[in-house]
Amino acid sequence: MTSLLDDLLNGLALGAVYALVALGFVVIFKASGVINFAQGSLLLFGGYLTAVLHDDLGFAGALAVAVLATALLAGALDRLLLQRGEPDPRMAHVQTIVTIGVDIVLLTDLSRRIGGDLLSLGDPWGDSVVTLGSVTVADSRLAAIAVSAVAIAAVFALFRFTPWGLSLRAAAEDTEAAALMGVRLSRVRMLAWCLAGALAALAAVFLAAFPAPGLERTTGQIALKAFPAAILGGMASPPGALAGSLLIGLTEALVAGHQSDLHVLGEGFGDVAPYAVMVLVLLVRPTGLFGAKGAARV
Amino acid sequence: MPEAPPDERPALHVEHLDVTYGRALSALRDVSLTVPPGGVVALLGANGAGKTTLLRAVSGTLRLHRGAITAGRVRYGDTSLDGRDPVAAVRAGVVQVPEGRRVFAGLTVDENLRTGGLGLARRKPSQVAEARDRVFALFPRLAERTRQAAGLLSGGEQQMLAIGRALMAHPRLLLLDEPSLGLAPLMVDRIADVVREINAQGTAVLLVEQNAGMALSLADHAHVLEVGEIRLSGPAAELARTDAVRRLYLGDTTEGAA
Repeated sequence: MTSLLDDLLNGLALGAVYALVALGFVVIFKASGVINFAQGSLLLFGGYLTAVLHDDLGFAGALAVAVLATALLAGALDRLLLQRGEPDPRMAHVQTIVTIGVDIVLLTDLSRRIGGDLLSLGDPWGDSVVTLGSVTVADSRLAAIAVSAVAIAAVFALFRFTPWGLSLRAAAEDTEAAALMGVRLSRVRMLAWCLAGALAALAAVFLAAFPAPGLERTTGQIALKAFPAAILGGMASPPGALAGSLLIGLTEALVAGHQSDLHVLGEGFGDVAPYAVMVLVLLVRPTGLFGAKGAARV
Repeated sequence: MPEAPPDERPALHVEHLDVTYGRALSALRDVSLTVPPGGVVALLGANGAGKTTLLRAVSGTLRLHRGAITAGRVRYGDTSLDGRDPVAAVRAGVVQVPEGRRVFAGLTVDENLRTGGLGLARRKPSQVAEARDRVFALFPRLAERTRQAAGLLSGGEQQMLAIGRALMAHPRLLLLDEPSLGLAPLMVDRIADVVREINAQGTAVLLVEQNAGMALSLADHAHVLEVGEIRLSGPAAELARTDAVRRLYLGDTTEGAA
């Protein structure tokens, strides 16, 4: 048993990190109609780069390089592999399947490199904790909340205030009308992929930090938990992805914190909880929490 | 851009244009027409005649429909527009208002207007504000609803927004695809007035319409497109008097019956 406040803080931290990944899913889906199944291996790629570079560059330098490199990899993936041939929204399904192939290739190579190791990312928080009244919380969790909040706010500001954000939202509503206004669809799309890649690399840091033991080859599978979060939110809605992620994070933390009370559900129900929540929400709102009109894309 | 001297405004030349969809379906054959600077040219024809296809060939959106120019040329002044992307057309000053309005329903009126300048190279906020003021002068109704979602506007207001959005890019040639479609007669008159005013301010117009009465009243010159080929061309007033046009497009059954 842990206190409710502990669980809430943990859930918030988890949800914040899921939100980084879920926003990546959403921004890619909005821009290209593609569901990027390679998001998990992009995350692992970013984490791996941070892990191997932090000795030489320091944590901040390694993270900066990893974020940039992952953004470039994601952008290149879209531009060179997916955007081949005529631009055609009907190709989104095919491209989605291509991302599964990319995921397998990337994951296989990274798994070979990582092997059974647990890699440290060299983050500055270590295993230190702070005690606030009755609550003890890891520094890394607080950092996850703070950094994610800043990153998420930055992404929302990009959507709202930049020409790219306006182009993205316009193109998501009506590709041809946006093209007629002079929106460069392929560039808008590629930048969306870059953003998703950068967010994934950032998320990797907090998924590998304490209390997790480090980066392992299965860390990328965490992205699969952000997937129900994105779907919960309606898939094309950034606020929806944020709400869905927090819901998933809190659920997971609460279920894990009360594991002993929930043993009728079996061991490890915390891992299944995100999907259970997704199914429950979709039963009530088939288009997701914020998906009333956004889901009409494709 | 605004600093271009008005006397050197280019003309649109479409020369012997053939367009094919999916490498098989021929949509336009040997179509030629010219829109002089500051002129209004109407393109009439039934559904499926190829009117929209011609606009797509000019605005560079054929590719989005798996269409391609297989012969002929599209020039705007010295700029070749065939096979270019829509950005090239917008930068050259040729902007299309799509059929069915196609405003971005989930974006606000103000955001819709801002999308109108997205194709242009970096613009100062003052230039954007100036363009917006011009649109609001033309459509005061939009000025009252800047924060409203475009999807909540009436059909007529959406058409105004679609035209206003295109005007944000400072077009020298406006391509209008069926602006009267689905509008009440009063609103059609209102849109016609607006097109007249836009033209009076120096913007050339290529007007695609099924509403031939409206189109011929606005245009200097008109062409009739039938199954992908130009059948009739001439000054609008003259075309309006020909039997074929009266019968087929102006709904006049008395005179052509013999």
